[in-house]
Amino acid sequence: MSIVRPYGDTTGDGMVQLSFTLPVPHSKVAEGAAVQLANKMGMDPALVAHSRPLGPDHTFFVVYGRVNHLVDTSKVEVVERDYALLTPKEVNAAVKRTLRRRLVVVGACIGTDAHTVGIDAILNIKGFAGEKGLEYYRELKVVNLGAQVSVPQLVDRAVAEKADAVLVSQVVTQRDAHVLNTREMSAAFREAFPPRRRPLLVVGGPRFDETMAADLGVDRVFTRGTTPGEVASYLVDRLAQERKAS
Amino acid sequence: MAARTTSRLQLDQATVRRARSLARKVGQPIVRLARQHTTVSVERATLRLAGLGGADPDGTPWVNRLLDSVRADVPLEHGVALPVWDALLRGEAEDLLTLAQKASAGSVRFRLPEGRDATRARSAAGRAVGAGVRRIDARRRERDRMINRHGDAPRQPWVYLIVATGDIYEDIPQAQQAAREGADVIAVIRSTGQSLLDYVPEGATREGFAGTYATQENFRLMRAALDESSKELGRYVRLTNYASGLCMPEIAALAGLERLDMMLNDSMYGILFRDINPVRTFVDQRFSRQVHARAGIIINTGEDNYLTTADAVEAAHTVTTSQLLNEYFAKEAGLADWQLGLGHAFEIDPDLPDSFRMELAHALLARELFPKAPLKWMPPTRHMTGDIFRGYLLDGFFNLAGALTGQGILLVGMMTEAVVTPWLSDRDLALQNVRYVMNAAGNLHEDFIPRPDGFIVQRAHQVLGESIDLLGQIVDHEHGLLDAIADGTFGLMRRPADGGRGLDGVARKSAGYYNPASEILEAK
Repeated sequence: MSIVRPYGDTTGDGMVQLSFTLPVPHSKVAEGAAVQLANKMGMDPALVAHSRPLGPDHTFFVVYGRVNHLVDTSKVEVVERDYALLTPKEVNAAVKRTLRRRLVVVGACIGTDAHTVGIDAILNIKGFAGEKGLEYYRELKVVNLGAQVSVPQLVDRAVAEKADAVLVSQVVTQRDAHVLNTREMSAAFREAFPPRRRPLLVVGGPRFDETMAADLGVDRVFTRGTTPGEVASYLVDRLAQERKAS
Repeated sequence: MAARTTSRLQLDQATVRRARSLARKVGQPIVRLARQHTTVSVERATLRLAGLGGADPDGTPWVNRLLDSVRADVPLEHGVALPVWDALLRGEAEDLLTLAQKASAGSVRFRLPEGRDATRARSAAGRAVGAGVRRIDARRRERDRMINRHGDAPRQPWVYLIVATGDIYEDIPQAQQAAREGADVIAVIRSTGQSLLDYVPEGATREGFAGTYATQENFRLMRAALDESSKELGRYVRLTNYASGLCMPEIAALAGLERLDMMLNDSMYGILFRDINPVRTFVDQRFSRQVHARAGIIINTGEDNYLTTADAVEAAHTVTTSQLLNEYFAKEAGLADWQLGLGHAFEIDPDLPDSFRMELAHALLARELFPKAPLKWMPPTRHMTGDIFRGYLLDGFFNLAGALTGQGILLVGMMTEAVVTPWLSDRDLALQNVRYVMNAAGNLHEDFIPRPDGFIVQRAHQVLGESIDLLGQIVDHEHGLLDAIADGTFGLMRRPADGGRGLDGVARKSAGYYNPASEILEAK
């Protein structure tokens, strides 16, 4: 059965709950407006179970009602992640198992870009979206070079640290700086390392397209909203695959 | 210490004294280190106190331009005051701003004055910085007057709400609305990454990442708006910001000048969570706390953060340890008990059996160890999953624990934590939660006396014991706290004393170092 409706207390009853605020003073008109919104969202009948003024100009509503939409689960499209999402504990265990040493990550903002927001969200222990950054992982050694790092500096440090992965963040996109910087970076790494010894190259930033990895010469592109856990899981997955291949 | 505070957990006063004396032993070498060094931010704060503000057309503050120019001629170890006021006395410019502008253009040479020139430069610098300190004193008296006129927050705990739009002009109406809804304290969250900027941005700002930049103008605008609200509501509404990161001393100075009321200011947060150099942090922290002490500002420490990275049960004693250290550093810098908003948080996994009893034990331990401090009680974040209904219940228990254990400052938890920045309705529901609990159980602490040999009492004793053990271990490190920070004792982070950001802005003071601000602030 791929056609379903929401379930309240009886199969097929289509019942949902919804809460929202309208910028309307608390009144009968406001309640009517709430019903109208619910109707337009496909809830019919809609029952305003609760309304409450939020200051003089706003009203909060809780609405229950029946939706007339059907959903077809056979037509749901999802982009499947091609690596398993691991908890920090699992990442640490996987690193211990596959590398038998700490996994070394070198991160930087390259070029003139001074926006470390992205790289810090991924690397700093403070983290992002409720997830701790890579520094939090006991089995990861994180070297965060910060902002305005030149490509030669980055390559030198990656060599010195024997980096397993290099993370580069690019926020500024004026005149396609992010694309040009990334290509320069990946070319430099290709020159400095034999193919099998090259660290994983990962680039991230709000304006990148996830499908551009090959074009940019990197192994992976992460875009807006990526969490540290996703990056850590990806690194562990790829390094484990490389181990198997070699 | 009041009798009430020793009765509920029956803490042995000799043990408590031992914990404090260990904290002192750990802290003293750090204070010595802080006294021996200065930083670029301490020196820039001094220039700000002397009245230098504003920025060049590229947005670089004049204090940065002037300090950089001075450093090109005279090493940082001597301090900025003597070379700057010597240049003014030599007639290089008529005032600080002109001097900064000329120096940036490269038309001023600085030198370290000697003999009578040095004496004259010292007294001129002392007068200029003294005027700034007196402005801070005046703002403090103004706060006292306003509290007298409008009245204070009606009850404890103070209700603390956050705004964080990134745009100061959006923040203002939200903050005023939050005050109307019952907030006693408004905190404006800073933009992500500001802690790593080695300058304080200038002017009113409308773009931030998950927060609004801390600038002098933003401080001024928000304080003025909350002064209106205080008048409208008949109670003084407090304003909070963050003295943390690379510019802690400067932001502390600006907070004092703009009459902010509370500042986040932790002794180790920047080191552990922002990888700022430990020496830089301890030097900056001491100066900023001296400024806060003078300004009558309540500090909020950041122990809640340890529990976001380490397990709240296993790491409970690191919170107590850090509170004891924060207390020592704060008092050494001149802060009084009423200014110590020592932090802790409700972060135990709710699936653990007896999690609420343990939360009560930890919260009560903090209450009784620091009976006169207005503790800052932080809501659950780590176990807020996006299930807003369950989160609302958890926040209710957090509020109840706060009421039962007499917390001073209650940061209101949002059921949409980890989902969205709080909506208007989220804040309203959160405040209803607080009001219900305080109304229903606000006086329950009168009846709440844990069994003398019961779970709560035993747990509190255990945590205090572990905290004393940890302090003992820190003392046993060869270089004490710096080594403990380097080997990952706190929050699992390893931060060596010669690593981290901002180290190039630290200098060991020369014999002739002079800083009028430190001189005034030390001479309490």
